[in-house]
Amino acid sequence: MKNLRWRVLATLVIVGLAIWAVYPPDQKIKLGLDLQGGVHLVLRVQTDDALRIDTETTLEQLREAAETKGVSGATFTATTPTQFKVEGVPQPQDAAFREAANEVQATFNRESGANGSYTFEMKPNIAVQLRESTVTQALQTIERRVNDLGVAEPVIARTGSNNDQIIVELPGVKEVARAKEIIRSTALLELKIVEDGPAGTKDALLQSRSGAVPSNMEVVPGASDSTAAGDRAATVFYLVRRTATVTGRDLRNAKPSLDEMNRPAVSFTLNNDGARKFGKATGENVGRRLAIILDGRIQSAPVIESRITDQGRISGTFTQQEVQDLSLVLNSGALPASMTYLEENTVGPSLGADSIRSGVIASLVGLGAVLIFMLVYYHLSGINAVVALLFNLLILLGLMSYIGATMTLPGIAGFVLTMGIGVDSNVLIFERIKEELAAQRGIRQALDAGFSRVFLTLLDTHVASLISAAFLFQFGTGPIRGFAMTLSIGLLSNLFTATFVSKTIFELVLSGRKVQKLSI
Amino acid sequence: MQIFKNPHFNFVKYRWHALILSWIIIGAGVATIFTAGLPLGVEFSGGTIVIVKFDTAPSVEQVRAALGRHQGITAGQNIVVQRYGDEAAREVLIRLPEVGQEQGTGLTKTADAVVNGLSASNLGKFTVVGQQVVGPVVGQELTRKGILATVLSLAGLLAYIAFRFRFSFAVGAVVATVHDLLVTLAFLAFFRYDMSLNVIAAILTVTGYSTNDTIVIFDRVRENLKNARRDSILETVNTAINQTLNRTILTAGTTLLSAVSLFLFGGEVLKGFAFTMIVGVITGTYSSVFIAAAIVTFWRSKGAARVPAPAATNGDAARKKTNNRKNRVS
Repeated sequence: MKNLRWRVLATLVIVGLAIWAVYPPDQKIKLGLDLQGGVHLVLRVQTDDALRIDTETTLEQLREAAETKGVSGATFTATTPTQFKVEGVPQPQDAAFREAANEVQATFNRESGANGSYTFEMKPNIAVQLRESTVTQALQTIERRVNDLGVAEPVIARTGSNNDQIIVELPGVKEVARAKEIIRSTALLELKIVEDGPAGTKDALLQSRSGAVPSNMEVVPGASDSTAAGDRAATVFYLVRRTATVTGRDLRNAKPSLDEMNRPAVSFTLNNDGARKFGKATGENVGRRLAIILDGRIQSAPVIESRITDQGRISGTFTQQEVQDLSLVLNSGALPASMTYLEENTVGPSLGADSIRSGVIASLVGLGAVLIFMLVYYHLSGINAVVALLFNLLILLGLMSYIGATMTLPGIAGFVLTMGIGVDSNVLIFERIKEELAAQRGIRQALDAGFSRVFLTLLDTHVASLISAAFLFQFGTGPIRGFAMTLSIGLLSNLFTATFVSKTIFELVLSGRKVQKLSI
Repeated sequence: MQIFKNPHFNFVKYRWHALILSWIIIGAGVATIFTAGLPLGVEFSGGTIVIVKFDTAPSVEQVRAALGRHQGITAGQNIVVQRYGDEAAREVLIRLPEVGQEQGTGLTKTADAVVNGLSASNLGKFTVVGQQVVGPVVGQELTRKGILATVLSLAGLLAYIAFRFRFSFAVGAVVATVHDLLVTLAFLAFFRYDMSLNVIAAILTVTGYSTNDTIVIFDRVRENLKNARRDSILETVNTAINQTLNRTILTAGTTLLSAVSLFLFGGEVLKGFAFTMIVGVITGTYSSVFIAAAIVTFWRSKGAARVPAPAATNGDAARKKTNNRKNRVS
């Protein structure tokens, strides 16, 4: 008797907690993107970019080191993102070159070939580490940008077989194109001293140097200064120093402002380290032009009039919106590699609302059908099953809200299926009780036998279903995970309601009463 | 109330007929997949889907003509235009096999062209309510993952049932489940439902459901093997199927009730999911009655044939095995 009272109390407490967790449902149940509307993006981080930059930097290091050691006449070329070749190291300087190469051999493997040629290949573990940190950095940068965009409850996560893809889910975002551009823009800011230019074509630019780009310089395209705002800018070319004076890493802060012609521009301030480097470079190069390069394109190349330390401005043909977005991405830092979009899924809020409506209708119809079925087939015991089922659904919803699981449209389908599959446990038990009654057992013995004999079967069927739900969870993204989640929680709460709760109800009804015949 | 009072159907007798029927369906399914292909959802095939809500619904032909006139769209005959949801929603789904370039924001180039094409035509006001663009890389990876998830889930079930029951039971259950997957795929091919993520989810759910059904019967076989040792394995299995028959039908019934209500009221997105569930529940029930049991009896009688002894000794062997596992059987 005492035992029974305890069981009733436990049941009521659990159901009460579930109701408390889920009420009011429109605030407590987290809706997935497919139900509330929003955009789901999948991007791939081009980790090769980061490797290429590292390889090129190492190549430059080696070239400088070799030159200081007196090696001359060798050619250095990057062949793949992880490999570069050195050819034509003169025989007498071979020892000096090898000595210089020792410096880079912490991260690169050296192989020597014929005629003073060498191949340097990035060590595989270094490459893996670099790819890994590139994706992590990209992820963090995107997180900062999305936060600055002011999106509530975004999802940003890694995915893909190479783990180099990033999922971004932005609920309720309306300006999809803008959000996409902000997320994707590399925002690599570099300030470099101009050696020559501008010129209309590359050939014209390199005429005085007989067509060859000096090894410490590079040609960068940019918009012509004379273009008026709004016009399609003519492309001009500059010859700039390869090494940047300062980069986006040296930024302290960037914010929208206006340039001297009152056009929208972005002002930036540099941190201490950046200011020192910038002051030195501008002081030495008064009268020359400074190229402001964003993502490999020169935005403007003003003449340095005096030494500047910690402030600068990026001007060009920007709109107000563009300078705002540019400030945002500059503040969040540059992406370590470029990104490409693999997938995009936009769900309008009306489509989501339709889905919720049809999901709710399907749930109610399914619930009604199953309830009627159970009541007709099992009479009064059907009520027991119905109560157990309703408790099951309440606990399912309560647990989902409590752990913050997301309800998706497939999740609603899982909810509806939980009703159909959930009553299976009751059916199994009730059918067994019927059998035991038919075998002339007393009501109490029949009940006990029914519940205890079926329990192991129930355990087996539930574990089997959980196994497939687990793999489903592993396989899917967003909506499918919602389904697997709903199904799994439904299975667990079902095990509880079908055995514990249902038995408690039977005992409650039978206690202190002489029942001649069980209505089942 | 009871569907069958003390049923004594000889299911095992018809196991060969059932096998032949299954092979015919699976064969026809394979033939359909090879000739007409398995229609793939945009997640797998890659491509562009635009869902548009019109103020006044144009006919499918009008939409098609509007898109045909636009120069940015080259898919031509491969454009799918269909009504989305019920008529009152005035929504149209447009699907094209192509996407913009992967570089830059060009991914939505085709989708943008669709919108421009519709604006350029006189179809009245409309809004884009949904848009899905999937690049070609995604589908390949998803296919690989989908197959992997299914295979691993089957392996997991095999291991679990082998651990809880016997290896022969596990093989029976897994063969029955594979059978259900094949039959479900066959029906998806017959009725031309797109293979989508939701359908994969339904297929994996069917895996769990079908295994459940089989486990319930096997559990009874295990119990009967313990109690009625004199029966042949065929009889034992048949008895178990009959004893659980009411439950099998009832559960299939309630699950079908919920699957059908999803099919009828769950909206456009869940149609394929609900269809898969309906087929899966029916074939799952059929397979656990006919196929799984057939496999177990086949497997077990083959094993028994190696013991050169009369039938009665088979029972002894079974008893011995059961006794060994008593601690687990409870």
